[in-house]
Amino acid sequence: MPRPVPIPDEVSKPFWEAANERRLIVQICPPCDLLQFPPESICPQCNSAENLEWSEVSGRGTIDDYVVIHDSRLRLFVEEQPYNVAIIQLEEDPGIQFFSNLPGTPVDEVPVGASVEVIFVEGAAPGQLIPEWRIVH
Amino acid sequence: MAPTPLAPLSLYRERENLGIWEHRGKVAVAGLGCSPTARRWDETPETSVGANTIIAVNKALEDAGISPGAIDGLVVVPHCTGEPWAPRPIPEDFAQAYIPTDDPNDGISSMSADWLVKNMPELSNVTFAMHAPTCMSKAIVVAAQIVGDGEANTVLVVRALNNLSGRYSQWGANALDTAPGRAQWTSPWGWSAAGATYGYLLNKYCRKYGSSHDRMAPFIVNQRRNGLMNPDGFFYQHRPEAITVEDYLAARWLAKPMNLYDADMPIQVSFAYVFTTADRAKDMRQPPVYILNHASNVPKVRSNIQTLDEVEASTDAIARKVFDGSGITANDIDVFNPYDGFTLFTQYYLEGFQWHGVRRGEAHDFWAGDITVEGPHPFSSSGGNTGSGRTRVWLHNDCIQQIRGQAGNRQVNNKAEIAVSGAYTPTDSCWTTWSKYPD
Repeated sequence: MPRPVPIPDEVSKPFWEAANERRLIVQICPPCDLLQFPPESICPQCNSAENLEWSEVSGRGTIDDYVVIHDSRLRLFVEEQPYNVAIIQLEEDPGIQFFSNLPGTPVDEVPVGASVEVIFVEGAAPGQLIPEWRIVH
Repeated sequence: MAPTPLAPLSLYRERENLGIWEHRGKVAVAGLGCSPTARRWDETPETSVGANTIIAVNKALEDAGISPGAIDGLVVVPHCTGEPWAPRPIPEDFAQAYIPTDDPNDGISSMSADWLVKNMPELSNVTFAMHAPTCMSKAIVVAAQIVGDGEANTVLVVRALNNLSGRYSQWGANALDTAPGRAQWTSPWGWSAAGATYGYLLNKYCRKYGSSHDRMAPFIVNQRRNGLMNPDGFFYQHRPEAITVEDYLAARWLAKPMNLYDADMPIQVSFAYVFTTADRAKDMRQPPVYILNHASNVPKVRSNIQTLDEVEASTDAIARKVFDGSGITANDIDVFNPYDGFTLFTQYYLEGFQWHGVRRGEAHDFWAGDITVEGPHPFSSSGGNTGSGRTRVWLHNDCIQQIRGQAGNRQVNNKAEIAVSGAYTPTDSCWTTWSKYPD
């Protein structure tokens, strides 16, 4: 997949740096005991930035459901159509979602509910690894 | 002119248990106008966003039977949804026809209050102007609150839509090799369209309740049928073609399980309403349609996209807010026009409001029955975006026209005294309760 290369910002920089080390991290607010992804500048529960930290997670999850994109608005993906996009629920907290194209899984043959694990892949240009997910058999 | 402020969040009735709206029945819509529709802009001044908007405003004033000088307020949605014209040079004949503002897109792919005042000098008594984001649904609730609060007495509520040539939404961040800003969380996995979110949610819905995408067909067919009875709509004016069940089932996928007919088709058109106090409306040309309440949901999404639980909780909540602020129950809603663009939204609203007793998981059964305007369950009598083109406005027009008894062939056989309409997504929507009577 010729993936658009993410441009880290001040809030997301640790996430993308960790991805380049093949580690998956999400934000956590320890007093609220709440994980957060995508990252934000404050915790949505206490509305404070004071206690926000990054926490490495297992990289395991399940496939919640999926769609098959046939008419993408993204120029780089038009040539790849049709392609799967699954919603992955994180093992530690199913409320935390990641997108995945499930590399290696045939189009529209997505096993909903299956276990997955994180992998890291290159984007359209080298230099930034992107988290992806593959089915655990 | 000073920059027009964006409506503050304090104007929206977003919290639960606010009780009856303090201006219930004291604000009315007195005029409604819309321009001709077009699939795309042909780049002539006569069919521009600016020209369309002036047409819509004049029609709304004529409908209300008032002069431009009677208007003292503007609530305008400056964002026209389609691709921005800039950085292309402004067409010379457009530049000669209209007075520009600081925004080179103004009158072509955006519509500011400033542009309207500059190019309609007959709006000479405007002392209040405010912008509303994104959607006519938001402009309506802002205008209702503004008139109720006495910030202005007689307000034009304006929404324009533009559509240029080329593939829709394949511009801006979607055309890049990089993923900046919010796109860093979506574009690397090819996730770009809101329709994909609702495709995912429809899959969740169908798994939970044992239904299927194909069972939406009767609703889509009926939406176009209603649209073909809307003389203001795109399909009535330009492509008077019904959709059959077979058409729907054979349509190409956009984001499976969302197909071509689950998405609305972008068009170019402008709309205007005249909002005023109930007292003033009584002296205007049309029978007033009173506003009993406005209510809003603001986005509360835990992670990347809405979950089915969040959508169901949001649509339950908006129904409670509509009932609470209007002093009505689901049984009182004669005309119900929830937003349909994408069609996949609609079942959540129908079940959240429990209109005609439809509970969670029952929407597709309901659509298999008689939902025509002639029948006992005239659901979405406007035909919505599916029936008349992408505007997010037909649903409100229909509520007004049904209550006035001016919906023509779409006029429901049931009584039409209280109507409810709202858009857009389940977690981010604004709703209005319209009524034939102020109390």
